[in-house]
Amino acid sequence: MKLPVSWLKDFVDLSGLEIVDIARILTMAGLEVEDISFAGLPLPKKDDHGFKVSGIEWDRDKLLVAEVSAVNPHPNADRLVLCDLFDGKEKHVVLTGAPNLFKYKGQGKLPKTLKVAFAKESAVVYNGHSDAIELLKIKKAVIRGVESSSMVCSEKELGISKDHEGIIIFDDDAPVGMPLADYIGDAVLDVKINPNMARNANVLGVARELAALTGRKLIKPNYNFDTSGASLYGMVKIDISQPELNPRFVLGLIRDVKIYPSPYWVQRRLRAAGMRPISNVVDATNYAMIEIGQPLHAFDYDVLEKRKGPQDKITILTRTASQGEKLVTLDNVERTLAPSNVLVCDTKGALSMAGIMGGLESEISGKTRNILLEGAAWNFINIRRTANQHNLPSEASFRFSRGVHPALAEEGLRRCLYWMSQWSGGKVAPGIVDEYPLAPKQSLVKISQKDIKRSLGIEIPLGKAKELLESLEFDCAFEGTETLLVKAPLFRMDIGEGIVGIADIMEELARLYGFENIPESLMADPLPPQRGNPSLEAENRVKDIMVALGLQEIISHRMTSPEIEQKLLPAGLRGELPEYVKLANFIAPEKRVMRRSMLSSVMNVMELNFRQKESLALFEIGSVYIPKAGALPLEPRRLAFAMSGKRTEAAWDSKPESNYDFFDIKGVIEALFAALHLNVKYVPSVHPSFHPGKCAAIDLDGSGLGVFGELHPELAEHYSGNAPVVAADLDLEAILAALPSGYPINAISEFPPILEDIALVVDEDMPADRVESLIKKSGGEKLVAARLFDVFRSEQLGKGKKSLAYALAYQSPDGTLNDKDAADIRNRIVAKAEKELGAKLRSS
Amino acid sequence: MLDKLEKIEKEALKTLASVKDKANLEKWRLAKIGRHSPMMNMFSQMASLSKEERPAFGQGINRLKALLEKEFEDRRAHIKQAELEESLASEKLDISLPGRPVKMGRLHPSTQNLRRVLGILAEMGFQVYTARDVESDEYNFQLLNIPPHHPAREMQDTFYIDTGNNDESEKQVLRTHTSPGQVRAMREFSSQNPDNPPPIRIALPGMCYRFEQITARSEVQFNQVEGLVLGQTITFGDLKGTLSEFARRMFGSHVKTRFRSDHFPFTEPSAEMDIECYVCGGKGCSVCKKSGWLEILGCGMVHPSVLANGGYDPARYSGFAFGMGPERQLMLRHKISDIRYFWGNDIRFLEQF
Ligand SMILES: [Zn+2]
Repeated sequence: MKLPVSWLKDFVDLSGLEIVDIARILTMAGLEVEDISFAGLPLPKKDDHGFKVSGIEWDRDKLLVAEVSAVNPHPNADRLVLCDLFDGKEKHVVLTGAPNLFKYKGQGKLPKTLKVAFAKESAVVYNGHSDAIELLKIKKAVIRGVESSSMVCSEKELGISKDHEGIIIFDDDAPVGMPLADYIGDAVLDVKINPNMARNANVLGVARELAALTGRKLIKPNYNFDTSGASLYGMVKIDISQPELNPRFVLGLIRDVKIYPSPYWVQRRLRAAGMRPISNVVDATNYAMIEIGQPLHAFDYDVLEKRKGPQDKITILTRTASQGEKLVTLDNVERTLAPSNVLVCDTKGALSMAGIMGGLESEISGKTRNILLEGAAWNFINIRRTANQHNLPSEASFRFSRGVHPALAEEGLRRCLYWMSQWSGGKVAPGIVDEYPLAPKQSLVKISQKDIKRSLGIEIPLGKAKELLESLEFDCAFEGTETLLVKAPLFRMDIGEGIVGIADIMEELARLYGFENIPESLMADPLPPQRGNPSLEAENRVKDIMVALGLQEIISHRMTSPEIEQKLLPAGLRGELPEYVKLANFIAPEKRVMRRSMLSSVMNVMELNFRQKESLALFEIGSVYIPKAGALPLEPRRLAFAMSGKRTEAAWDSKPESNYDFFDIKGVIEALFAALHLNVKYVPSVHPSFHPGKCAAIDLDGSGLGVFGELHPELAEHYSGNAPVVAADLDLEAILAALPSGYPINAISEFPPILEDIALVVDEDMPADRVESLIKKSGGEKLVAARLFDVFRSEQLGKGKKSLAYALAYQSPDGTLNDKDAADIRNRIVAKAEKELGAKLRSS
Repeated sequence: MLDKLEKIEKEALKTLASVKDKANLEKWRLAKIGRHSPMMNMFSQMASLSKEERPAFGQGINRLKALLEKEFEDRRAHIKQAELEESLASEKLDISLPGRPVKMGRLHPSTQNLRRVLGILAEMGFQVYTARDVESDEYNFQLLNIPPHHPAREMQDTFYIDTGNNDESEKQVLRTHTSPGQVRAMREFSSQNPDNPPPIRIALPGMCYRFEQITARSEVQFNQVEGLVLGQTITFGDLKGTLSEFARRMFGSHVKTRFRSDHFPFTEPSAEMDIECYVCGGKGCSVCKKSGWLEILGCGMVHPSVLANGGYDPARYSGFAFGMGPERQLMLRHKISDIRYFWGNDIRFLEQF
């Protein structure tokens, strides 16, 4: 919300405060000033004020209020004029092309001088002709043969608004010779209004906060005006059908208005606040809204007169729309209304969309003479829905959809009538017709000093608390000496009752007392029992192992599309999609479901990086999302990783080795499970994402922990890489659930081992892990290591045979083994291998 | 005979002085003190000497042998040293050549910072409590004092789940903050002892989601770490003290904090904690956008309705909660201007951490 400081000063004396001080006070108290736009007032003296600042300060000697006494034609240019101007001290001839002076051209001495914003030579103003924000210094120049060294300014040139339609023409009472900075110098604060601050979405509210926060007095607005003519009582009737949607409806009447542009100062303030001036009476509704916070609506009374039957009274009805009901709104759009939309109607039909936008027919026009003014309260949820549904955000719906207290309906109406009568010459009719079927309960909260201590941790005496709260117009009274009865002011809807009310009051007290004045303390409360988070610790451990194994962690978007995940399936196998957790609203089709495949996430990132590096090894741990009918989805964690490209990177003295293959990823997996102390088995597996001959499942006591292998060559193409990709997709929840609670550490023998190699010739299709487990089993506990170091095939061995060579180590914790001990172990192994595997010891 | 010894000595020492390498030294050794050297031959001539001559000669030749052996050892040591020096001199590397690349794994920067934050909170007694990503509307909003159509919902653009069920009460969302975990934790702990629920001090990390376009400044997902403290004596002063302590551990022991009023539906009073900009020390720079302060976390005293929803009697218990963004902290610390880097996972970004 844009707030001109000059307007705030109508309600609170801000003398002695720099603009940035005001901004800081508001920001600290929860009305965050997002930026400050200066138009004339002095810029902050120092740089470290902490705000985003724009605009200019006006030179008090060079930018003045001046008067133009004649507008003469330019001798050589039709589109330029020469003004006779007096700046309070000197006379000048000022050249301008401002179109709003043309009507005075050649009239000689004007009967009434025009008050203008005058910039002398070397004054700094904005370039009015540039679309960019650009400053320029006024210099002497000869334009079409006439010398010019000063100018009359538009709002754009002074940085007040974007308006460059013509120069500023002030109201007649503008004091000639006064520095512009003193006359209309301003700064506009852009204040963020949080939902709890809805009451302050207006000048008066912010002024009230400032008064309370600086210990100054709030200057109350004038709600009184003279009345004349016939009373409105008895002339109109209000009929509210649903008080919960329309708790209050107030009407006032002003007669014999004359429609003109508003005074300049009104237009300037409205523009500064971000509104477009239209005419004096329309501006009065907007001005009162921004000032007090109550949106208002003006009807052309005579239109309503005409619509009603000759005998009837004007009756204003509020009701919800009927199915398919239509209304042409003032923007000349025919809108089809929904049954939830609330309408202001007369007996003939709809007049306006309540709280959102008026209807075209009863709108104020240049011919309007008499105005029926509406001040009403609406249900904020209903207004919010309607504004969203019709996509009609406005200053009015902004306020109504955050909640405006019904008490403001009358105050806003009165303030608006006050301004209308001032600006339009109209006469307010006596009598304000008020239908108020549903007054909100005024909150009453009891607080004690104990409550303050318990919440804020400080001692604020109740007397002091009373004083602070009263500065925000809370009505406070002592009940005994220990309890303060606090009644919320009429304009507030954010104060609850009971224990919630106490919290609400504590917030007000803390803000007024100043957060910075509440001393820091350390918790005296006992430390809760310290439990670990084993599941997260285990996840972290897995991450650390993966990192230690040389893989880079990634974290990807969890939103994806079924098509993206289907890239992990060969074309022939794509068909029926699994059930996804689907988003009802999504930012893009490729982010419309929550992922089910962790490997898909990893592969997308692999693809993204193929061009960056000749070797990639990435892993991700995170949730996948599996829908569950009638319940929240399952969110099991998965570990997926992939490796591709060169096993080593090129160095200056070595070429990179060959590509990662199946046994690289198996090495990672073995190291992972060894580090986790899980004794897993690997079983040949078939999985549509993997090469049928290069895929294994990980088995732990009969249950699967995941699958890994070389990505199926057909779908590796979907990921536009060159080298084969090896990848794994593991069920982290199953892995973590299986983690042993502890593991023993073997003693280290003091005695030297006997090392020897044996080679066993077996059939080609004999899995190596069967041979190894047989060696380990038959070797007994003195066999401490058996490492496969060679796989050999030759004609000599014969077709369908292979030789597996193992490096064995025999060792005992009790003494040094001798050759006979070694021979015993070896013979046992060989005998078992011959018997159970049909193996033969290969003679060396 | 003694003359002969003298001659042998002179000659041996003279030739030794010109020996420069191991091979010639060995030749010298064989020639001068070897078994067939003139000196050793002299020993065999001892028998031919008279009894009177023998002691002097014996002394002389033993002295000579000892001398030459010592000289030999000295020479050998000298040559060895010289050869070592020569070889060291010739093996000088260009140490400016790059080392061989080592494959190094790394944690994602968000994980690194998340661990740092949680580590500091753990030191301060906060235990990690994790909750789910897909939440019910009830937990994400209603139990946190955000009823349907509350204006606060506009502050948080929400992803809704298409459950095929339009029933308001069945609505599911991607959590917009980690706060639903607060109520889940409170309910879990209070159900253990409903009459006297235990105090709470937890940290709730997790991915949160906002319905926004992905730009350099906004993302659809981001990590949040939330803290929750509940007890029977917790005050706003404790909130300030605890969070300032966190800020000092996280951002430096001298860092200044500032609390200003803000609004969150689930806390009251609510505040925003700023820290003095650690780049410029509060003078104003591009990181703090000239303000001298960095917005670090939102916080506040837990709203009584939220306490009640969690099974904690607001008349007896009070507490505070706070939330911060690990990615935002990283962006400030490393001057990262594009938030898309985090989930973009470009290896050139990840490898810089
Ligand atoms: Zn800074």
